[in-house]
Amino acid sequence: MRKLLLVGLFAPLAVFASEAGYPLDPSPHNPRDLVSVQAGARTFVNYCLGCHGAQYMRYQGLAALDLSEAQIRDNLMFTAEKIGEPMRSTMSAKDAKQWFGVAPPDLSVIARSRGADWLYTYLRTFYRDPKTATGWNNAVYPNVGMPHALWMLQGEKRLEVETPEEGHGHVAYKWSDASKGALSAAEYDATVRDLVNFLVYVSEPHAASRRAIGVITLFFLGVVFIFAYLLKKEFWKDVH
Amino acid sequence: MGAQLRALWGWFDSRMPSVASEWRKHAAEYYAPKNFNFWYFFGALAMLVLGIQIVSGIFLTMNYKPDATLAFGSVEYIMRDVPGGWILRYIHSTGASAFFIVVYLHMFRGLLYGSYKQPRELVWIFGVLIYLTLMGEAFFGYLLPWGQMSYWGAQVIVNLFGTVPVIGPDLALWIRGDYVVSDATLNRFFALHVIAFPLVLLGLVVAHILALHDVGSNNPDGIEIKKLKGPDGHPLDGVPFHPYYTVKDFMGAVLFLIIFCFIMFFVPEVGGYFLEYNNFIPADPLKTPPHIAPVWYFTPYYSILRAVPPLFHSQFPGVLAMGVATMILFFLPWLDRSPVKSIRYRGTLYKGALAMFVVVFLVLGYLGTEPTTVWGQFGFDAFFLDTKDVATWVARVCTVLYFAFFFLMPWYTARDKVLPVPERVTS
Repeated sequence: MRKLLLVGLFAPLAVFASEAGYPLDPSPHNPRDLVSVQAGARTFVNYCLGCHGAQYMRYQGLAALDLSEAQIRDNLMFTAEKIGEPMRSTMSAKDAKQWFGVAPPDLSVIARSRGADWLYTYLRTFYRDPKTATGWNNAVYPNVGMPHALWMLQGEKRLEVETPEEGHGHVAYKWSDASKGALSAAEYDATVRDLVNFLVYVSEPHAASRRAIGVITLFFLGVVFIFAYLLKKEFWKDVH
Repeated sequence: MGAQLRALWGWFDSRMPSVASEWRKHAAEYYAPKNFNFWYFFGALAMLVLGIQIVSGIFLTMNYKPDATLAFGSVEYIMRDVPGGWILRYIHSTGASAFFIVVYLHMFRGLLYGSYKQPRELVWIFGVLIYLTLMGEAFFGYLLPWGQMSYWGAQVIVNLFGTVPVIGPDLALWIRGDYVVSDATLNRFFALHVIAFPLVLLGLVVAHILALHDVGSNNPDGIEIKKLKGPDGHPLDGVPFHPYYTVKDFMGAVLFLIIFCFIMFFVPEVGGYFLEYNNFIPADPLKTPPHIAPVWYFTPYYSILRAVPPLFHSQFPGVLAMGVATMILFFLPWLDRSPVKSIRYRGTLYKGALAMFVVVFLVLGYLGTEPTTVWGQFGFDAFFLDTKDVATWVARVCTVLYFAFFFLMPWYTARDKVLPVPERVTS
């Protein structure tokens, strides 16, 4: 029985490793870098908002990114009349379903369900695939319905996947360029980093004040604890 | 001013003397053993968390919409547009997990020091009822954010009732109020979560404390302090709950709040354990997630459910095992045949069994959060392997050990070599 357990505990590790999908790159976004979040907002409204909404976010909320109301109106607000309106896509869900097979998901909290690393890798791993309806495929999300919205920036990629023989070594991914985009590889990575930074911001706009209030609260409770401890000690000094 | 206040109190006291007498009975003259240790904070903390949940819950209710088309959005508006809404939501979500943490530690304290043994059987039974009610409360509440895990978790749990022979399908239909989890289910779960179960919970907490104060508190030595009383008629090893334990519990509460606030302000998701990542995807009745995991506090029982193989294509044996795994707690006072209460004076048999139980409970809890393929598959085949998933087999071994802890208890506690229990509490 013990032998069986040991075999069971250690044998599967190798199996598990090869089953994992495309390895995720850690996202280099920095939520404190406001310029990066602003740049991400610009990319978002220009390239994403056509199909995806962020309907739980109001345009007004972008003022927290150190943007004036006029700046938001002139540069970011393409799908609404009033600044208090939510960031909705202009595409109807019905049309979207007909065109892509599935309605593009709302992106308000996508960074909370997928995680920043997933988004950062996903947006950089589209490749040309003649077998799909859109002509695009993705290494992280195989057979995704979404075409590569940023292809003019990144250019077109090709991907060759080398599957190892029965349980030996890792799957190898070989990337190559089919055409050049408007941006260099490093510039494109930076653009995606900013976009992910914005998506992380939109998924929880109060995250920064959450941490700030947290510091104050913990400091206050720390002081209260000192007095609570001294009070307890004073009352208990006679109990033996 | 002081004289006026005293006069006002005198006026009040002469008309309703029970306020002062209840205060004396339950605080100022309730004698608690003076040797309470770390494990004795969690009862008071559980009450604190109950208070936190009720107050934060009231304010959430003011902004939440129990409607299948609006629920997910209303939670996001609470997080964004309601002033301070995100604090309320994180208090409530952190509080739900914190409630189970303190309750599990509180129950473990009972196992350590035999607090369920005679004469505290009723205290224990009310406690188990609180635990079961809390599970219901948490389950109903988890549907309300209307995310994918809310929806499919509810679907899975309600379907468990559908496996009951004969009445199962009708029972599940009656619980849901529809053929699938839907708006009707959300509305009734909302009603149960915000009023029905909290009321039951409060009533049970009162019963738990009244029953405790009638027999007196146990302590880490498992000694009845009422047996030895001083000339003033008070237990020699007791101290008045107020002020001694009010100041001590206040200190414990502040320490608890420091940990609580650290979580809610800095890591509110706790790596997907307190707030599951998939629950940020709106509920979609047409899209079953590949991996449905309940929140961590249910996972030991979820593991037991998955571990038991189906019989005649019915999952009922697993459901039954899960039910028995919780209901068995009621019988603990009569399963334990040891002459001593505290682990300090018990022998190696009970100590070993309890240590094993803790490990088994944690392993089952961990496995319940993961797919059954988490530890891969056996590299060989055999006729008895109905599944080759290693994790399922580990969960099966753990399930057997979980039940062995309880079912073999009359045997091993009676045979255990115990140490002599001292007359007075040790410091």
